[in-house]
Amino acid sequence: MTVILSQSFTGVSIGAVLLLIALGLSLTFGQMGVINMAHGEFIMAGAYTVYLLQGPIGSAGVSLLVALPVAFAVAGAMGAALEWLLIRRLYARPLDTLLVTWGVSLMLQQLARDLFGAPNVHTGTPSWLSGRITLIGGDDPLTLAHGRLFILGLALAAVVALTLTLRLTPLGRRIRAVVQHRDLAEASGIATARVDRVTFVLGSGLAGLAGVALTLVGPIGPTMGTNVIIDAFLVVVVGGIGQLRGAVIAAFALGVLQAVMEYSTTVSVARVTVLVAIVAFLQWRPQGIHTLRTRSLA
Amino acid sequence: MLEITGLVAGYDRTTVLHGVSLTVPEDGVATVLGHNGAGKSTLLRAAVGLIRPRSGTVILDGEDITRLPAHRRARRGIAYVPQGQQSFPQLTTMENLRLIADGRRDGRAALDEALDLFPALREVTTRPAGLLSGGQRQQLALARALMTRPRLLLLDEPTEGIQPSVVREIQTTILDLSGRGGLSVLLVEQHVGFALRAAQRYYVLEAGRITSSGPGTADAEAAVREALRV
Repeated sequence: MTVILSQSFTGVSIGAVLLLIALGLSLTFGQMGVINMAHGEFIMAGAYTVYLLQGPIGSAGVSLLVALPVAFAVAGAMGAALEWLLIRRLYARPLDTLLVTWGVSLMLQQLARDLFGAPNVHTGTPSWLSGRITLIGGDDPLTLAHGRLFILGLALAAVVALTLTLRLTPLGRRIRAVVQHRDLAEASGIATARVDRVTFVLGSGLAGLAGVALTLVGPIGPTMGTNVIIDAFLVVVVGGIGQLRGAVIAAFALGVLQAVMEYSTTVSVARVTVLVAIVAFLQWRPQGIHTLRTRSLA
Repeated sequence: MLEITGLVAGYDRTTVLHGVSLTVPEDGVATVLGHNGAGKSTLLRAAVGLIRPRSGTVILDGEDITRLPAHRRARRGIAYVPQGQQSFPQLTTMENLRLIADGRRDGRAALDEALDLFPALREVTTRPAGLLSGGQRQQLALARALMTRPRLLLLDEPTEGIQPSVVREIQTTILDLSGRGGLSVLLVEQHVGFALRAAQRYYVLEAGRITSSGPGTADAEAAVREALRV
């Protein structure tokens, strides 16, 4: 019994990581339609931020908390630079954007190798995240790792903050308006080019947060972004493009499926199963989990 | 008020407008009549700044705005109601209106005025705009445009595709607004009778060229109908 519970929790925590890495993409890819292959390197930048801050700050616990806003700012600034230098010239050309940002991704990976070396680096785990909560004791215990709970909390906090921003703030209304009808927004007096930039910065900043979270579950290295970027795109596509709610459901569904399959088979078989499930799902529902309801064709 | 001179514009490799000139009188209404595909909507899109003309000028109150992006033209008092009751479909009625109010110091007052002008919108404030009826969506579009307190209103076939009972209501609103002073209107229409009733000046657009124009009087109707005969 506790095996099922503990595997479900593992699945949920895999889902939380997926959700964090996909959340920024749900803005830049889902809302804006920009295929940013360098999104993974923004995640990497967030992770190296933790590494860099740990030296001067010392305490792993303090540096992790400080790293959250700093990584958001670092990745956001990288996003702003990328948008301003390249992407804003390519909005109508998705395939060119893919190639260009892939090139940027390779350059950023090499930059990371030059700065930090090719081998992975490690950060200390904060003492307040190294323990486990014991829910069920005895011979068949159910324990939850603090680090995993922290990631789950961070993912949920990020989803709530992003949802509230999109739903309730003037900026959120503008972002949604530009996505739904760019020309009408522009003609209504909204500076759509500026809204694009802010949206891209938000999405990139969220990648920085994901990078911070990833330092708790794995090593920090130049290729860590590439390793997770495909999963992030899959979550957004399965969730339904432009649909935050769909991305949340997709992340946890894929996480739980992965965990259950890993327990009953092997990691590789689980991976294959998840990918086959995604292909089958998209055959059945190409538009993803969540669909729009609207009477007008626009 | 608005002076368009020698406007050449189109999309990619096709040219739709071949040198169009027209004037919207101060506090008055000018109407552009023409068949589908004549270039009426392209003309409005160029006037509002959504497409960049290849040549020609757009002058608003003596100022050349030809190169100004659309959102800055909007801030100078040009409001645009596109064809087909367009809105932000997944934003609720209220969100559609607040979107316009957000950027304005008098936003709250403008929003209240808009709801007073179109009380039917009060019943559907929480419904996504994409689920409103055509008439409701057109009222929403007019409300959004008027909230910017425009000096010039560009209307693209405001009654097309709307149930007949609401058409009269929208026509009355347009006549009221244009009679109020401080607002000029450039109206693209298929209903010749209504257009000439509202306008001081008419232009007939055919295949991207103005083929006839004149004052919008009762005598004009026969001439316009003749010009538009296929």
